[in-house]
Amino acid sequence: MNINDNSKNQPEIAVDYKSFPDALGRFGDYGGRFVSETLIPALDQLDELYTRLKDDSTFQAEFDHDLAHYVGRPSPLYYAERLSRDVGGAQIYLKREDLNHTGAHKVNNTIGQALLAKHTGKKRIIAETGAGQHGVATATVAARLGLECQVFMGEEDVRRQALNVYRMKLLGAEVIPVTSGSKTLKDAMNEAMRDWATNVDDTFYIIGTVAGPHPYPLLVRDFQSVIGREARRQSLEQIGRLPDALVACVGGGSNAIGLFHPFLEDKDVSIYGVEAGGDGVETGRHAAPLNDGIPGILHGNRTYLMEDEDGQIIETHSVSAGLDYPGVGPEHSWLKDIGRANYVAINDQEALTSFRRLTQIEGIMPALESSHAVAYAEKLARDLDKDKVIIVNLSGRGDKDILTVAEIDGIKV
Amino acid sequence: MNRITQCLQDLKADGRKALVSYVVSGDPSLGATLPVMHELVEQGVNIIELGVAFSDPMADGPVIQLGHERALANGVSLRATLAVVKEFRQTNQYTPIVLMGYANPVLRMGYSEFADAALDAGIDGLLTVDLPPEESIELNLELKRVGIEDIYLIAPTTKPERIKKIASLAGGFLYYVSLKGVTGAGHLDIDSVAAKVSEIRELTDLPLCVGFGIKDAATAKSVGQLADGVVVGSALVSVMGDCAGASGKDVAKALVDVVKPLRLGLDEL
Repeated sequence: MNINDNSKNQPEIAVDYKSFPDALGRFGDYGGRFVSETLIPALDQLDELYTRLKDDSTFQAEFDHDLAHYVGRPSPLYYAERLSRDVGGAQIYLKREDLNHTGAHKVNNTIGQALLAKHTGKKRIIAETGAGQHGVATATVAARLGLECQVFMGEEDVRRQALNVYRMKLLGAEVIPVTSGSKTLKDAMNEAMRDWATNVDDTFYIIGTVAGPHPYPLLVRDFQSVIGREARRQSLEQIGRLPDALVACVGGGSNAIGLFHPFLEDKDVSIYGVEAGGDGVETGRHAAPLNDGIPGILHGNRTYLMEDEDGQIIETHSVSAGLDYPGVGPEHSWLKDIGRANYVAINDQEALTSFRRLTQIEGIMPALESSHAVAYAEKLARDLDKDKVIIVNLSGRGDKDILTVAEIDGIKV
Repeated sequence: MNRITQCLQDLKADGRKALVSYVVSGDPSLGATLPVMHELVEQGVNIIELGVAFSDPMADGPVIQLGHERALANGVSLRATLAVVKEFRQTNQYTPIVLMGYANPVLRMGYSEFADAALDAGIDGLLTVDLPPEESIELNLELKRVGIEDIYLIAPTTKPERIKKIASLAGGFLYYVSLKGVTGAGHLDIDSVAAKVSEIRELTDLPLCVGFGIKDAATAKSVGQLADGVVVGSALVSVMGDCAGASGKDVAKALVDVVKPLRLGLDEL
């Protein structure tokens, strides 16, 4: 593996990454606004609001203040020395998003969108959630702002993620189980969109990832980019230079785009997004549309999808509920096509092995989602010299996955 | 002339209103769709909207979602739906047929291939719920190439300049969604429908059909007096849900009780 072969990491022509998405929300052929006419005025309104506030110094100061004092940012960039030595190769650094309030990167975005909601004066917040991390992060900010909060969650995920369901309830949110379709994240997103279309006058919809209709992929990216801005600065301060590679897991792709975006113009930094390989990409039982999907239209945007030959969305498989999604944020689809980022897959077994290894030799229990990124970083590090540096986004902590892992071990907790 | 335009012109000349019905192709069984289509015409339906099932019908309420799920469980596809229409056309050359669905199955077939196949099957119009004007140009051109009408939704929240933009791309008729939200939602506020309809009328000469919330003779009549046609969907799909295992003929018969009063209501206008 030669990560210094820049031809693999760079588009052939110079790209002004900051100019994407365009006014219609497009990243090349991807993104856009594929929704029913009913939602268009609400999206226009959100777009106008965000365009006005994103360069407003008061709004940014408010956001930065909350990130510092409520979330606990900046999160550390931690040199995983024992892991690096154990792997034998490049130095692996972890961007510790698991140390954020609520235990994952999700809260960066919910803080930002809740601030937007406050500006609209809407009193009700809705969200979709898969693993429950975004639901918890939304319920948390809603509690803090005294807003009514309803979280849509597939019935199957409600069962798999009982702890997070109860966390949301304790935070005062109502969890609405979704029984349509495959009863997972994609159906929860359908249901949240339906609710929003019906109650758009008094309801703000906080989408949890960089997917959905424009402007969501833009604003979620911007709110999550604090991860990459910090990591870039920390790398320069702590290591004295930029890293050689970035690695992050990709479900919808918000933690990944948050890390990647501030580095896109640093052409010597290789970028790897890690999808959920499930039972293995070759089995078809996975959640890796960038590895084994085709461009299609779902949830308001054009992007790589997992679908059958009739254009029906198919069920995905992953040990990690947070990656169990048939689509991906449109900016990732674009970065794949223009060659700026590489998208790879890690299967369930590999992720579980890395979950245990990091827990045992660094005392850091990663979320199963983040374990996919750790697993790929280990592979990458092995083939690189000791002076190379890899930054992995440790997007969340693994406490929520303890029951899943115990079940795999045949242990009843 | 496209069958949709012809049909709406003829009705207007007769001082009648169009009854537009929506059922999902392949619901409650693959075999039921053809007899259902013929029965709908028999009961006075003027334009048939045939829903193309999608795994993620984001703009539809629970009743029609279940219709989509039943149809997909029966193995329906866009190609199978085109085949049913082709069969229908063997005995019915005059009833306009509009396919209504989501973009992805059409995109997967390919916009150009779809346009040719739809023309060959005898389709007259297409309504793609998740292709607002900004996203529909490519498909719109393909449909225009073969003379299939591209039908668009207008919502209560759609502003005048957008209505003009939509009307410039649309053909056949405009479909005014009379409620915020999803199909099959709550009660109908007839005064706000009236206000919006007259606003739309000032901006375009295209015929206007109104849907979402029409379930009986009374609602059909009150909406019918404002529009060129009314669309009934959830009320029919709901009946389909009670027809599990029924023969195509019996399913068709079950729809009569819903459709007949709507026709009678409209004909009182």
